[in-house]
Amino acid sequence: MRLLRLALAFTAILAVTVPSTAQEKSITVASTTSTENSGLFKYLLPLFKQKTGIDVKVVALGTGQALDVGRRGDADVVFVHAKPLEEKFVADGEGVARYEVMYNDFVIIGPKSDPAKIAGSKDVVEAFKKIAAAKASFISRGDKSGTHVAELRHWKEAGIDPAAGKGTWYKEIGQGMGAALNTASSSNSYVLSDRGTWISFKNRGDLQIAVEGDKRLFNQYGVMLVNPAKHPNVKKDLGQTFIDWIVSPEGQKAIAAYQIAGQQLFFPNATGKPAS
Amino acid sequence: MHMGDFSQAILLAFGLMTSGDPGLWQIVGLSIAVSLSAVLIATILGLPVGAALALGRFPGRDALTVTFNAAMGLPPVVVGLLIYLLLSRSGPLGEFGLLFTPKAMVIAQAFLVFPIIVALSRQVIEDLWAEYSEQLRSLGSSPLKSIGTLLWDGRFSLVTTVLAGFGRAAAEVGAILIVGGNIDGFTRTMTTAIALETSKGDLPLALGLGIVLLAIVVLVNIAAWMVRGVGERFAGA
Amino acid sequence: MRMLAHSLPLLLDRVAFAAGDVEILRDVSLTISGGQPTILLGPNGAGKSVLLRLCHGLLTPTAGTIRAGNGGASTEHTALVFQRPVMLRRSVLANIAYGMRGGNTHTRASELLQRVGLSHLAARPARKLSGGEQQRVALARAWGRDPEILFLDEPTASLDPAATRAVEEIIGEIAAQGVKIVMATHDLGQARRLAGDVLFLHCGQLYEHTPAAEFFAAPKTPEAAAFLRGDLLT
Repeated sequence: MRLLRLALAFTAILAVTVPSTAQEKSITVASTTSTENSGLFKYLLPLFKQKTGIDVKVVALGTGQALDVGRRGDADVVFVHAKPLEEKFVADGEGVARYEVMYNDFVIIGPKSDPAKIAGSKDVVEAFKKIAAAKASFISRGDKSGTHVAELRHWKEAGIDPAAGKGTWYKEIGQGMGAALNTASSSNSYVLSDRGTWISFKNRGDLQIAVEGDKRLFNQYGVMLVNPAKHPNVKKDLGQTFIDWIVSPEGQKAIAAYQIAGQQLFFPNATGKPAS
Repeated sequence: MHMGDFSQAILLAFGLMTSGDPGLWQIVGLSIAVSLSAVLIATILGLPVGAALALGRFPGRDALTVTFNAAMGLPPVVVGLLIYLLLSRSGPLGEFGLLFTPKAMVIAQAFLVFPIIVALSRQVIEDLWAEYSEQLRSLGSSPLKSIGTLLWDGRFSLVTTVLAGFGRAAAEVGAILIVGGNIDGFTRTMTTAIALETSKGDLPLALGLGIVLLAIVVLVNIAAWMVRGVGERFAGA
Repeated sequence: MRMLAHSLPLLLDRVAFAAGDVEILRDVSLTISGGQPTILLGPNGAGKSVLLRLCHGLLTPTAGTIRAGNGGASTEHTALVFQRPVMLRRSVLANIAYGMRGGNTHTRASELLQRVGLSHLAARPARKLSGGEQQRVALARAWGRDPEILFLDEPTASLDPAATRAVEEIIGEIAAQGVKIVMATHDLGQARRLAGDVLFLHCGQLYEHTPAAEFFAAPKTPEAAAFLRGDLLT
């Protein structure tokens, strides 16, 4: 009897403490570690909730994984940064329409000792060539994220197959941006990072920005509603409300206003119309 | 990390615990609630299975025993992935919409803890049965009453079993990260927050959260130990 | 006292018991009736414990039959006190109440505890008691089963003289209630003090079943005579 009463009390406590899944108005957004880790969502979402009363639950993943979560119907909205993959997502009928939201830029981070002699330069392709020529240690995300896709594009533009350097100077870690920066910091390596994550990253060690400012380093973010025709559970009205708000002048202004250490991280460039 | 980082982490941990930051306590509360729920479910399901394996004589018993012993080492990431595929909208249990909720985390951790409860309780009950079987039969105890007696008389060892399960659940990050999604304010727990702060390069804060987590696990164990001590004084080891 | 004798007389007909290939008892036939205590004598390894377990129904003979009253051997109407009884992890009182049938177990267990002189330990964890006290709790627990036959397997083997005397007194009291006592021992003094008749077991075989006075005065077999002289039997 005593045991039974104990078990009952226990269950009652759990029922109170474990939040219920039946939130009145909420959507799930699959997004990238760069937006989440930079603190952008922490800034934007309370503004959005105040306006609409909608709770936004952000699952932060690599772009590839975030798109996969959308493909499986486990998110209502996908908010990522790998234009070709996004366009394919919409073309495949997985997403309804793609809206451009904002961009930030990538930077090449490297050790102060700068073994590839690229510090202060602007040309990303030239810099990649020099890193490969010097066989300077380079950390790759290797996780099919937006950043990884961008990095591979630059290697291609440089005419280099980094896979040849695998196991020597080119290291794929298969993890997020933060983990890649931690690894680079502890091994004094070069790494391609989005600027937002870099600015809010604290464990820098001897790392600094080596290359920045190349137009090719711009990193476009897009947002898409997961196709409710494929996944009836998708909350299309609430999800579209979020998309409409983030590309609206109000949402765009909020993005521009977000700063860390006096630096603006994301540059709004929405047209308000589907881009593809 | 430098030595300074450690002292910074300890100060941060202390500051976090005394700050009354609602965000932190929400994370702490969710961690405890998820892990305890998982352990409760795994115990309710695992003890009868452990008892059946200890006392039953049926074909495949040895194979099952070995399987459960091995499953104590299930990689959390693998369990997380399996539960993810099960609970995903595209998976067989998708209609319940459990993915990226605390309930999904409870399910995943219950999966991880269940083999521990089964394997360790089987051992406890089997050892006790070797000592008790003749005496209980002599006292006319029915099989059902005997199982109750073994569970009750093994209660102190079984508490240790449950604590082992709780330790596994509380320390685990791989499974709940995948099925919970580490959503701020909803499915973020101590361990996923630690993983996140590590990825943000804020190692002192990550370590500080780790110290808070450790303190919670130690507190739970102290509580269990005290209950055990009081129980032993009144009922005997 | 009882309307129906369930367990007496106890009849063994050519009973054998083997554990795997090892023959422990063979061709044992005997009759145990009510009355004075029956003492089971024999050196270590003679098969005394196995014989008691067979009669109590914990083991099944590999050959031969056991009849107890109008049924087979069963734990239902007999009780057994083991050489090293298992104390359950609970209070002394709860240990005694554990095997009781019917209601009002708390009061009845308290009465039994008083009879074995341990009332002051009722609430103590049974496992914390001394060996002699545990043996007395085990006696009270067996008594609480209301047996017609009480089997005892060397209950004083590891006790000091004072504790042995206390246990023997309780056994005497249980016997005085009309419970048939069947006790294995290799303590000859104890056997002389308690025995009505003696079963002498050696190497898994029954050598003698004789009234006590006769057995101690003039054993019929050379093995029993040697045992009584204190010779080492092989």
